Amino acid sequence: MSEKQISLPLDEATAVALKAGQMVRLHGRLLTARDAAHKRLVTALQNDEPLPISLAGQVIYYVGPAPAPPGQVIGPAGPTTSGRMDPYTLPLLQAGVRGFIGKGYRAAEIKQALLQYRAVYMAAVGGAAALLARYITHSRVIAYDDLGTEAMRELVVADFPVIVVNDCAGGDAYAAGRAQYEREA
Amino acid sequence: MREIPVSRVQTAVEEALAQSVSQLPADYLQALKAAQQQERSPVGQSILLMLQDNAAYAQAEGIPTCQDTGMAVLSLTVGQEVHFSGGALAEALHTAVRNAYHPLRKSVVADPIQRTNTGDNTPPIIHYLLVPGDQVQITVMMKGFGAELMSRLQMFPPSVGVAGVKQFVLETVEKAGPNACPPIIVGVGLGSSFDGVAALAKKALMRPLGQPNPQPHLAQLEAEWLAAINALGIGPQGFGGTVTALAVHIESYPTHIAALPVAVNLNCSAPRRATITL
Repeated sequence: MSEKQISLPLDEATAVALKAGQMVRLHGRLLTARDAAHKRLVTALQNDEPLPISLAGQVIYYVGPAPAPPGQVIGPAGPTTSGRMDPYTLPLLQAGVRGFIGKGYRAAEIKQALLQYRAVYMAAVGGAAALLARYITHSRVIAYDDLGTEAMRELVVADFPVIVVNDCAGGDAYAAGRAQYEREA
Repeated sequence: MREIPVSRVQTAVEEALAQSVSQLPADYLQALKAAQQQERSPVGQSILLMLQDNAAYAQAEGIPTCQDTGMAVLSLTVGQEVHFSGGALAEALHTAVRNAYHPLRKSVVADPIQRTNTGDNTPPIIHYLLVPGDQVQITVMMKGFGAELMSRLQMFPPSVGVAGVKQFVLETVEKAGPNACPPIIVGVGLGSSFDGVAALAKKALMRPLGQPNPQPHLAQLEAEWLAAINALGIGPQGFGGTVTALAVHIESYPTHIAALPVAVNLNCSAPRRATITL
């Protein structure tokens, strides 16, 4: 199965070229954020307050990592369920976020918004958290330190494996996969 | 009367949790390997291989298989001849969890509304069952909440019948899809009351894979529902495939003439559990 090598940050042309179901290896900078950080970011955007970091062109990985064992960059760092971040996603797309990594379904209006804003949603393999940490070469907290595991981190990744779930053309790997394998019991 | 110092319980629970965080149960790893050999989707196959690699790597390094080390669920079956000495048992259990979670992610908030992290992953959820005899059996589980969030319970009238129950189970798995990190294990509680049926579903998740329910009519439903779930085509991590669940376990209890309570508790592709006997 051939894998596409992608350098981060993601520009619009690269995002648009990605297709649902494609296996991708990511290289470069990711930002992490999950429930609590999303709430803070969106509240700041809604109140016209400054953000702790620029979001334009960035890719957000929904993860709350385990503490790093001694001598390691980061602890196990698998994806958390993306759907919980759906209520916060539209303002982030408006702020220029180009991609999201997580796992699980996105709501219909979010899939629609990805088309409109030309952004992609990708999945990392849930449950492969220990292996995924091996592809993270640097990690530092860049915002909301008081949130502990939910703080925003800047990660640098090399060869980080993801699968494109929702692309900019309406393609959906979950729907397509299920349609291919659904059968009579 | 058999005396067991609570310190002994504390040590045993702490060690069981520490082991289960990085070492998935042998019965589960066997089932995962069999699933990988059966899975017909190429992406599904590669995901199942990755999960096996992850399990081996985590075990070798002594690190968690998944970052969500969850809430600790402790299920104690205590012989009524046992006397716990040297302190409060509940406190010893809390200390065991606090110690085991020291190097792990702290994923517990003190209040569901205010949501301040407790800082030490306590309190655990504890179930006690008193039985005859002088043995103590403790099953510890680190329950991640990805699959837990997709679990459901409904109090049905008896008229829905077994067909209605099956539909509820299948719908639960469908609605969960990739969110529960398939391949999943499906725990089904049938009967009892609102609180009881939920506990039955969680108890169902504590049973090792490869052991059907001893009642033939329930074992048959376990097999039938597993086949139906796998026919949904959701597949490993929801990308499509022929293996969506590794097992369906049913636990049942008598119930009221007016009700058919059903609870479906899902477990993800990283079932961290261990059983100790004292």
